[in-house]
This record gives sequence, C-alpha cells and structure tokens, in this order.
Amino acid sequence: MRDIVLIALGAILVNNFVLSKFLGICPFLGVSKKSSTALGMGGAVIFVMTLASAATWTVYKFLLEPNGLGYLNIIVFILVIAALVQFVETVLKRFIPALFRALGIYLPLITTNCAVLGAALLNIDNNYNLLQSVVFGLSAGVGFTLALILFSAVREKLEFCDIPPAFQGLPITFIAAALVSVAFTGFKGLFGI
Amino acid sequence: MAKPSSKAFSVLTNGIMKENPVLKMVLGMCPSLAVTTMARNGIGMGIAATFVLTGSNIVISLIRKIVPDKVRIPVFITVIAGFTTIVQMLLNAYLPDIYKELGIYIPLIVVNCIILARAEMFASKNGVGLSILDALGMGGGFTIALLIIGSVREILGAGTWMGLTLTKNIFDPAVIMILPPGGFLVFGFIIAAINKISVLRVRNKEISSGCGMDCAGCVGQSGENGGDLQ
Repeated sequence: MRDIVLIALGAILVNNFVLSKFLGICPFLGVSKKSSTALGMGGAVIFVMTLASAATWTVYKFLLEPNGLGYLNIIVFILVIAALVQFVETVLKRFIPALFRALGIYLPLITTNCAVLGAALLNIDNNYNLLQSVVFGLSAGVGFTLALILFSAVREKLEFCDIPPAFQGLPITFIAAALVSVAFTGFKGLFGI
Repeated sequence: MAKPSSKAFSVLTNGIMKENPVLKMVLGMCPSLAVTTMARNGIGMGIAATFVLTGSNIVISLIRKIVPDKVRIPVFITVIAGFTTIVQMLLNAYLPDIYKELGIYIPLIVVNCIILARAEMFASKNGVGLSILDALGMGGGFTIALLIIGSVREILGAGTWMGLTLTKNIFDPAVIMILPPGGFLVFGFIIAAINKISVLRVRNKEISSGCGMDCAGCVGQSGENGGDLQ
C-alpha cells in the first residue's frame, strides 16, 4: 500500500511529468491559454494515460517479453496507444456522448503526446506490476492536469501585463513556466522520494 | 547546373537558419528542454534524432508513391519507430554512457514532432536526394539549437563546458540552470533574444532602404528601448 501512495505522490508532485520531466510540453503550451481547455485536455490525458498504462503493460508482459520481443516495445506501444485512442473515441461517441463532446477534439492529439508513451515506457523501465502501472499512469495524468490548470491561471493573469515587445508571446510563456516549475522543485525530497 | 545545386543548398540551409525546428518553429520541445543540462547531451540527442530523421526521410521518400493517402500517417509512424529502435540499440551497444544519460528520451524520439512534420511536409512530396538534404539541414538545425541551449545551461549552471571548467574565479554557478526550471528560463530568453535580433534586422533594412529625414522617430524609439533595458 505504501509503495502505491509513494508512486502516486511521486508522479503528481515530485517528478511532475511536465514541470520536471518535460514530457507533454506541446499540449502544455498549446491548450493552457484558458482554464476550461486546460481542464478538457487534462481529463482526456488522465483517461487515456490510465488505459494506455494498463494496455501496454499487459501487451509487454504477456506478448512481447515471453517471446523475446522486448526490443519491439517502441513500435508496438505507439500502435497500441493509437489504436486505444481510436477505440476510446468510438466508445465514448456511442455510449457517453456528453463526455465525448467535452474531450472530443483533444483525443486525437494525444496519440503523439510524449507523456502517454513516456508513462508506458517508464512503467516497464521501473519494473512496475499491473496495479503500480495503472496508479502511475493515473497519477502522472493527474500531475499533468494539475500543472496545466495552475499554469493556465498564470497565463490568464499574464494577458493583462505590460510585457517588453521581444518577450511577448512564447518567451514570457516559457519564463512563466520556469517560475511555476521553481514552485514544484520545492517538493524535491518530499517523503524521501 | 547552377539552378538545381542552388536549390539543394537552400533546402540544406533552410532547416539550420530560416526554419530552425526548435528556435523558429518551436517543435520538439520535450527533448530540447529535457536533455540540455549539458552541451554534450544536447549534441548526442541531436545526432540521434538526425539519424532517425535521415533514415525515415529516405524510406518515406522511396515509398511515397506506393502508400495510400489514407493510411500514410500510421505508416510514417511505424517507419520512424523502426529507426528509433535501431538508434536505441546502436547507442546501447556502442555509447552506453550517452544511452544512460539520455534514458527515456531516446525512445521518445518517435513522438518528436519534427520528424513526423518533415515526413509529412517534405519527404512525402520530394525525391530521395532532396529528402536527405532536408533531413541533414533540419537535424543540423536541431543539433545546433540543442548545443546552444545546452552550452548556456552548462556554463551558467555548472560552470563547465564540455567538461572544461570555465568560471572558476569569475562567478559561482547557479545550480537552478541545470534543474528543470532553468530549461524553461534559458529557452524563454533565447527566443526573446532571437525576436529582438530579427526586429533589429528588419528595422535596419527599413532604414537602409530609405528612411527619409525624420530621425526624431528613431531616437525616440531607441530611447524607449533603453528605458526597457533599465
């Protein structure tokens, strides 16, 4: 139980995917302009990451590893994630149309989100079991969402600031991200993680 | 003969200067920020990505007429994933130090948007020769950008460059530059510097192309900028 809690806290706060591992920077910059889109993207990532962790772990442990095909993990994982995203999209559209409308446009983008593939690969690297992998995927998604929502609040404030011309747009966004990231370095060493 | 070679040259330099994937197009941010704690790692990542990009550009350019339009993206991604696996194995076998340093970011080359972008925008529309040049130019631009970011972070954060101690008696290194926040910070400042330079260049062009007489405006503007700096 203890290791599950540590994995969760580690992925959400200490080793936050966006702010300390630099995974998923593109959506982090792309959809963090408004809190509402940040929430939509975050929800989609949590959903897909949890499922993808379970799916890739199962495929790796029961299909690739017993056949000595571990080296094929990159190709297989990316196809599994792409298929999974398609599948989730179809199922949501059919059975939970409200959720599909909320997450719809974000789902296709997730296939090439390095955070999802990163979580799948880290599960294998860290030798997690199925439960640990699912918890890791879920909390990495929660950490991504937390970073996204916090950062979108900072960016909404930035709209009203007087910024030197050369810094307008991307540069000031990166510098704001640096400050949010400084806040998260404060969690380093928490619970000895 | 002059024309095709000049086209080849412009394809090659396009990726390094005009459409630098990292500094101008802001693509492939994850590896650009994550592995650039040291200049050496930046170069390692740049070369690994250039290898994948060249391989995938060649293959995609060769098969561009066979692949049906509807399934081209999955096909491209599979080709890229294949080359990424090759790079991972080569690095693991011959450069285990770099392999350990770059870690999870080597397999993540497969989702580096620069590579898919070049496959989709260039290799699927051009011949093999030009596609190779495009890959070398884009890969070179990526490597140079990573080298710049890595150098700034290593010098400011660790006081070394490529392992050489540089700042021993000049200033104490600020460790935060090699921590994650430093990546965001340095990149923000580099982009701002590029913005500033390109604005200056445009302004110089305007002046040299005939400013007229009214220098008061220019003085006013430079005064304003001075104010900003202070």
